[in-house]
Amino acid sequence: MEHNVEQKLHQLDNLFNEQENMQSDDLRDHIVSRIYTSSQDLTNKSVAYSNKKVSWLDENLDKILTSKAFGFPIMLLMLGVVIYLTIAGANYPGVVIAEAFATVEDWLTALFQWLQAPDWLYGILIEGFYRGTSWVVSVMLPPMAIFFPMFALLENFGYLPRVAFNLDRFFKKSGAHGKQSLTMAMGFGCNAAAVMSSRIVESPRERMLAILTNNFVPCNGRWPLLILLAGLFMAAGFSGGMNTFISAAVVVGIVLFGVIMTLFVSWALSKTLLRGVPSHYTLELPPYRKPKIWNTIVRATLDKSWFVLKRAVIVAAPASVITWILANIFIADLSILEHVAGFFDPFAQAIGLDGFILMAFILGFPANEIVLPILLMGYLSTGSMIEVDNLNDLKQIFLDHGWTWLTALNMMLFSLLHYPCGTTMLNIWKETKSPKWTFAAFALPTAIAITVTFTIAQIVRGLGLV
Amino acid sequence: MIEGKPIYQYQVGDQLQITSIKLKNVMRRRLLDLGFVPGVTIEVVQKSPLGDPVAFKVFHTTIALRKEESSLIYAKKMNREVI
Amino acid sequence: MSHTIALAGNPNTGKSTLFNLLTGLKQHTGNWPGKTVVRAEGELKTDNHIYQVIDLPGTYSLYSNSADEEVARDFIIFEKPDITLVVVDATSLDRNLNLALQVFEMTSNAILCINLIDEARRKGIHIDKEELSRQLGIPVILISAREKIGIIQLLKTIDQMIDGKIQTHPFQVQYADEVEQKIHELQPKIQAIFGDSLPSRWLSLRLLDGDKQLLEALKAYIRDPNFVHSQQQLVKGDCCHGA
Repeated sequence: MEHNVEQKLHQLDNLFNEQENMQSDDLRDHIVSRIYTSSQDLTNKSVAYSNKKVSWLDENLDKILTSKAFGFPIMLLMLGVVIYLTIAGANYPGVVIAEAFATVEDWLTALFQWLQAPDWLYGILIEGFYRGTSWVVSVMLPPMAIFFPMFALLENFGYLPRVAFNLDRFFKKSGAHGKQSLTMAMGFGCNAAAVMSSRIVESPRERMLAILTNNFVPCNGRWPLLILLAGLFMAAGFSGGMNTFISAAVVVGIVLFGVIMTLFVSWALSKTLLRGVPSHYTLELPPYRKPKIWNTIVRATLDKSWFVLKRAVIVAAPASVITWILANIFIADLSILEHVAGFFDPFAQAIGLDGFILMAFILGFPANEIVLPILLMGYLSTGSMIEVDNLNDLKQIFLDHGWTWLTALNMMLFSLLHYPCGTTMLNIWKETKSPKWTFAAFALPTAIAITVTFTIAQIVRGLGLV
Repeated sequence: MIEGKPIYQYQVGDQLQITSIKLKNVMRRRLLDLGFVPGVTIEVVQKSPLGDPVAFKVFHTTIALRKEESSLIYAKKMNREVI
Repeated sequence: MSHTIALAGNPNTGKSTLFNLLTGLKQHTGNWPGKTVVRAEGELKTDNHIYQVIDLPGTYSLYSNSADEEVARDFIIFEKPDITLVVVDATSLDRNLNLALQVFEMTSNAILCINLIDEARRKGIHIDKEELSRQLGIPVILISAREKIGIIQLLKTIDQMIDGKIQTHPFQVQYADEVEQKIHELQPKIQAIFGDSLPSRWLSLRLLDGDKQLLEALKAYIRDPNFVHSQQQLVKGDCCHGA
């Protein structure tokens, strides 16, 4: 038996080697072109083209969407419109959901009183678990339920490959793969999923670039923070439609900053740790397809709602409970939470934040969604999150803790640039199987986040702008 | 002698017939598989806003190539009437 | 007993849409062993049979130029699915048939599934499926996975094929005389090694083409004909399919 195998292997090797004089580019060309000509023959015999007029749009859409004059402005406009509609549309359902949660909380409170439940149980379950969850849901759900259907429509329509086409030159200059922009687009939804999607980039070097820079695209969990702070601080002094417009402009600016950072970091890595030239690649621009609008909207909304709810329960809820406990165990006069915040404060001040914000980012490592709720919990001396029935009082809480526009700006930038969330880190580990690169994926963005916020804080303060 | 010139040098709308492919190894195979086969007719359909990459229509599919590859595919311009 | 169906096709042909439609929620996704390529499989129940449906990566060819192509090729050659469903785009049939013809060199248990037929009609493309089926020697089904057109016909054909009610004689590409002669010389030698367990004409052609990567896979196959089986334990992953 063993002998038989060896003999067969030998025979096969011989057969292969004997063919060497045949093996050439010419033969390969011949094989491929024969297959193609056969395909064409077969098609010619069985396919008829009636001279139906191809619609003008089918023919010319790319001439507009990827043109020299309009390619970039249209991309920017699309991004702006999607974000504007998200901000404008999320406001109302956000309020409704928040009120609903507040009503239910009143009932639950009544129930706990009737049961004569102990205070600590009420604290953990209602002030911790319930409020934490309802915060995440009412802040996250509305913008996501608007953003993702719109994004899915653009995706199903076939616009994303055109974005990759338009931006390719920049990625090439950065030593990156043209398909990196597609993985970035995924990142708008979820960086963890985007890290998995980076498999479409085949060369390992360029795939690593795509993985290491993906968190510079704000995800699901960070959009609401960006939107909220932009609205409260950057667009302050404007009201109504103008407020929305300015907020949208600020968020677009933040996104663009993230894109520039992606290109810059890719470029820097290509010149240093991940030296190399871009590998070969081809990009297909599939025909535009009219998306099944209603289907897409329903599916994207349901998928995202489910995703947010699941995350709220699995990640945000336990974190809220832990935060509540930390906020309610006192050492001397201060809660553990306040001790920790105090410890971080000097450093945090140097980068334009404060101890509570930095602590919120650290405790928010499992999921970016909970950064804002934890921050508020920390700020409120009662040790529990505020009820979520009035989003507008938020600003007062921030102002009471010494916030300026610089604090808001730096928190937005820190959120944009800092280390990826726990799930993303886990996926990076799974994809790279390398402790070194997983660590780099953590350290690199963190160093950048600190450098950028520190520089801005020093400049703004130095010029006396706050 | 090489017939024609690299396909990225043609203008949008030009119908071309591929004469030769100067790429080697895997990239050559990939382009062949995509239909960039000598003798095949392709059309220059669109240049990206910054001029590179350029998209070509091959067998009813639009494929974008960077200059690195498209400068190694040679083609001659076809007479419009022929098609 | 359940049978296996492999879905092969170019990217952007709506292959995943069809896969989702056939398998519904009964899917799992993971990785192909040793590869960073997503493997999705699911279950399809028809009136008569239960099928294991495997969605192969979307590729333009099966010449192992990339991990995707290797995975698809190895599955068809070594795992020998009971049916290979080649999903093609009705609006660019000439390009898509390229892959189909390669599949026909590897297996005769194939069905051609022409997807996006609604879109083709809208563009004034008419496909004579009887003629095409006659030419190709295999069943041809016109479908639209998006609009759920032609699916019943597809399921019926799949069942009939499994029940042995359909004979196929897939179209074989003819190469230049010199190449054909070489294939002719090589075929018996290949058969001496592999018997009828692997398609000898296709293997001859691949040897002529100097496919080193395939050579390695073949050696592994000689050492252990089940090497692919033993490799292909599902590795659990947590990404969503077709996103």
